[in-house]
Amino acid sequence: MPEITYLEAIRQALWEEMKRDERVFIIGEDIGRYGGAFGVTHGMLDEFGPERIRETPISEPTIIAAAIGAALVGMRPVAEIMFMDFTLLTLDQIANQAAKMHYMFGGKATVPMVIRMPSGSGTGAAAQHSQSLETLLMHLPGLKVIVPSTPYDAKGLLLTAIRDPNPVCFIEHKLLYKSKGDVPEGEYSLPFGVADVKRTGKDLTVVTNGMMLTKTLNVVNKLTGEGMDIEVIDPRTLVPLDRETIINSVCKTGKLLVIHEACYTAGWAGEIIATVTGSRAFDYLDAPARRLTGKDCPIPYNRGLERAAVPQEEDIEAEIRSILQGVY
Amino acid sequence: MAKTKKTEEIFPARVERLGLASEKLVDAYRTMCKIRQFEYMADKLYAMGKVHGTMHLSAGQEAVAVGLSLAVHNDDYFINHHRGHGHFISKGADINLMMAEFLGKDTGYCHGRGGSMHIADFTSNNLGANGIVGGGIPHSVGVGLALQMQKRSEICITVFGDGASNEGVFHEALNMAALWTLPVLYVCENNKYGMSMDIERAAAKLPIAQRAEGYGMPWRYIDGNDLLEVYETMAWAEEHVRSGKGPVLVETQTYRYFGHSKSDRNLYRSKDEIEEWRTTRDPIMRFRGQLVEHGFLTTARADEVDQEALQVIEAAVAFSDASPEPDPSTVMEYVYA
Repeated sequence: MPEITYLEAIRQALWEEMKRDERVFIIGEDIGRYGGAFGVTHGMLDEFGPERIRETPISEPTIIAAAIGAALVGMRPVAEIMFMDFTLLTLDQIANQAAKMHYMFGGKATVPMVIRMPSGSGTGAAAQHSQSLETLLMHLPGLKVIVPSTPYDAKGLLLTAIRDPNPVCFIEHKLLYKSKGDVPEGEYSLPFGVADVKRTGKDLTVVTNGMMLTKTLNVVNKLTGEGMDIEVIDPRTLVPLDRETIINSVCKTGKLLVIHEACYTAGWAGEIIATVTGSRAFDYLDAPARRLTGKDCPIPYNRGLERAAVPQEEDIEAEIRSILQGVY
Repeated sequence: MAKTKKTEEIFPARVERLGLASEKLVDAYRTMCKIRQFEYMADKLYAMGKVHGTMHLSAGQEAVAVGLSLAVHNDDYFINHHRGHGHFISKGADINLMMAEFLGKDTGYCHGRGGSMHIADFTSNNLGANGIVGGGIPHSVGVGLALQMQKRSEICITVFGDGASNEGVFHEALNMAALWTLPVLYVCENNKYGMSMDIERAAAKLPIAQRAEGYGMPWRYIDGNDLLEVYETMAWAEEHVRSGKGPVLVETQTYRYFGHSKSDRNLYRSKDEIEEWRTTRDPIMRFRGQLVEHGFLTTARADEVDQEALQVIEAAVAFSDASPEPDPSTVMEYVYA
């Protein structure tokens, strides 16, 4: 299996699906000759032409709205929002329009569209270009919210997203774009609502995704050498959420830690913890369910400050050690 | 008097020039009556306590909806605003299903999920009314792109109010539609007020339609209460759009008789103003007068048409009354496709 980057895996999914299905087109800012702000659509203009690689003025609400309109008339648009932060400019179109049309029109309308959005901190881009806003999108029934953490998942989940009849938010962590992994050539899709157990263990369940998954696995590999046996679960899709896999895992380990980069208050860690504590797994918990998250502050510019705002490997290690030592 | 005389001189000649058969004129009159009766009935049902939610009535604006529908094709796509009953009826929606939706019944267009503000009829390419002011305007860019990419002959008609023209997406959408020569006809239905805000206090320069200049787009500002004027302008506009020359913006000056919604106590306008529009500029009375005066319709026949329109609406209420409520256990249906 060829090893390619997360970014290349996303491009491959787009490229292959556009070859297979002429209804698919991409709409967004600077996605043509420039290749997109992060280079995801590089080379696609030459292959598919300006009609299907539709470069827009800087008008984010209408990028999403255009995807909605085209989806209503039988197309399969993929909108690229340059930074996830800019989806805040488009919330009427995402939340009031795309998410609700199927429901409020009594099932008559379908809005098959994907909104790709790079998220996360670590690039020195400061407060308006570094947010992790997935919880905001999870709170809007009608949307699906996908967070791929590996190149393999990125390609397989994006294919599923494009073929899904609903609006799908596809959240790509910028720091993962250069990460590498084995990705099959050609077509494969991964189902929504199926978590991936990255490694099994009996001492603690850690639920995390995106860039935090990479950091967590680094820490866990180190701690495994010290005899700690930690199970790591990547939900892969936050909506729909594979609650059962998480509940089952906690029934086995008796301990839960949820890690995300997004802010603490009302972050999705709370959803996972409530899911577990409200389930049969409650009886198996032998420690408080814990969460390690980004701080409740905007992402700062300075490198040291930026690191301090979101969990780092040393924070993850300290938290896991505390839980396993019974120190809270 | 001079105005009346001008109308007398022009009407038959204009009908002939526009190639409108007498039957079409009577049909147009009938549709206007149905819209008016639907709105009156909606108001009455609300007063009777039969309506769960709110509504936005378009009585007084019928010539815009009917003149527009008369000029475009049945299979053209429609994007609508929250005051959309008239446009749905003129585009040929099933009035029974509309009324049932208005009354929240399972037989309604949206199985009682939408109500007055979200009636949609995808079978007739009516892409729905929108509860967010201006929210539907930018969908036109996507519909236009899809029609252009699919090389189809239909066009997209996007109707919105004067209030919506001050939303940012209005400008984004017009710019992109003009930039890409999209097949979109933009219709600004100016009924003078965005809720209570007089457009004269909300727009730095009027008419609204002149904003199209900034996007290199042709525009017209017309009397939206004159059916033939609406028809003639829309016929020109739809021909321009359909021939691939790009979008057009038409602003129709009209007036709503009822308040913005049910909470409106009309504190921002005078009774005299409403009365003046009702008595001197009413689109239905005006058109009826022209038809009767020039022998397209007798007074007796016109009265019959009025009565028939009322019967259609009453039948829709009966249909809705006999329809079941949606089963509460189905509340999660249609969240996802």
